[in-house]
Amino acid sequence: MSNQLNKLPMIDDNQESTCRPDEQNTASFEDTGSANWITGQLETNAGPVYQVAAVLDRKDLTGSIKARLGLGRMDYIIPPGLYAVGNPEPTSPVLVSANYKLSFDQLRRELAGLNLWILVLDTKGINVWCAAGKGSFSTAELMRMVDATSLGEIVSHRTLILPQLAAPGVSAHAMRKESGFKVVYGPVRAADIPEFLSGNNKAEPEMRHPSFTLPDRLILAPIELVAMLKPALGLIGLFFLLNMAALLADKSPIIFISLLRQSLMDFAPFFAAILIGIVLVPALLPYIPGRALAWKGWVLGVLWVLVYTVLITTSAGWLQTAAYYLAIPAITAFLGMNFTGSTTYTSLSGVVKEMSFALPAIILSASLGLIGLIAGYFI
Amino acid sequence: MKKFKYLKNVVTLQIDQDKCNGCGMCMEVCPQQVFTLAGKTSSITDRDACMECGACARNCPQQAIYVRPGVGCAYAVLMDKLNIKGKCCGDVCGCSLDNIPDH
Repeated sequence: MSNQLNKLPMIDDNQESTCRPDEQNTASFEDTGSANWITGQLETNAGPVYQVAAVLDRKDLTGSIKARLGLGRMDYIIPPGLYAVGNPEPTSPVLVSANYKLSFDQLRRELAGLNLWILVLDTKGINVWCAAGKGSFSTAELMRMVDATSLGEIVSHRTLILPQLAAPGVSAHAMRKESGFKVVYGPVRAADIPEFLSGNNKAEPEMRHPSFTLPDRLILAPIELVAMLKPALGLIGLFFLLNMAALLADKSPIIFISLLRQSLMDFAPFFAAILIGIVLVPALLPYIPGRALAWKGWVLGVLWVLVYTVLITTSAGWLQTAAYYLAIPAITAFLGMNFTGSTTYTSLSGVVKEMSFALPAIILSASLGLIGLIAGYFI
Repeated sequence: MKKFKYLKNVVTLQIDQDKCNGCGMCMEVCPQQVFTLAGKTSSITDRDACMECGACARNCPQQAIYVRPGVGCAYAVLMDKLNIKGKCCGDVCGCSLDNIPDH
């Protein structure tokens, strides 16, 4: 299992592409039968269909945790195909999902007690919304899988229930015209599916809007923190070398442990900046004034430098203080800007506009800050 | 729940009211409730909430809606600018959207 992140991999040069190439899609339907989430087989007009559990077991849960931490995340796939939940009949509804196991697990755990079919498309292990945006959850793929599974022979109706967030990739009217299958967009959240089905396939308005609550905003913090490990170690290394160079310039004795301690102390305000950018900015998102995410990050960064230089450290001179004001908000602004990819509401046009002013400002501020920090060791 | 709003007046969304037949599909697929039915046609009533996902345009049987679809992810834009391929999950990323349950 490769240790791949699918976001923020710029600091991880040793990795291959973080996108799992298509040819590595080795999961096949044949060895699925032994998977922990398969409970049995169902005979249909078009051959056997695997029945899946509607509860998650320990293996599913550890898999989810690993995926959340970015471990083997792009390999977390299930074979595309038709699956059964319970004992579906030819008249039972058909739900369509992605072959990212995290998406599939979140769907099936909401389906206890129901009898239905799940058609899993080959989205290359990407979740529904992103796959729809990227084009792998598409009308063509939907048509291909309907054909490949002989769905038309297994079910007697012609209705497919798609997650609403698949709509950027699928054209309902084109699907109907070309395959005869009617696409109905279900709720955004899997948890609303039972209510949707019992309510005659009608989604209430609140089922159509992705929530972005505190847990939603923080669920990606672990993966982002893991991704910051290397830049953090790099910064500690830089402080170590600078401290050592400063001692050498002073002709002072070099004691490894005190050098390391000093470097870690120098790193402390930056460590806090990383936590602020990755945890606090998303957590306080609705409460920080302004709309651009880089701006929100910058605001918290400036506040942190204020707190740090006034209340926490007393030894910082004017140069170091100035360097903190330049470097730290640049980091929190960058991390804030980076959070655009994790939100449910930012548009591409908005991000491009935000970056056009934020990115040059961040680069300039960070560069000046770095020069100031380095100079501070020798003045 | 309070709706998050991003930058003002930036999105590329347009609707041609002459083509619209008021079928309501755009209102159904829009995750941000940008459209409302005004009389017999749909109109854009919360433009700044649009995230340019492109669901409305793709599902409009009348082809009355235009939007340049994309994923609002700074990291993907940056990688694109630096011409680094394969670092994301494709030319559009946003794959951190795992937090959207389900489906």
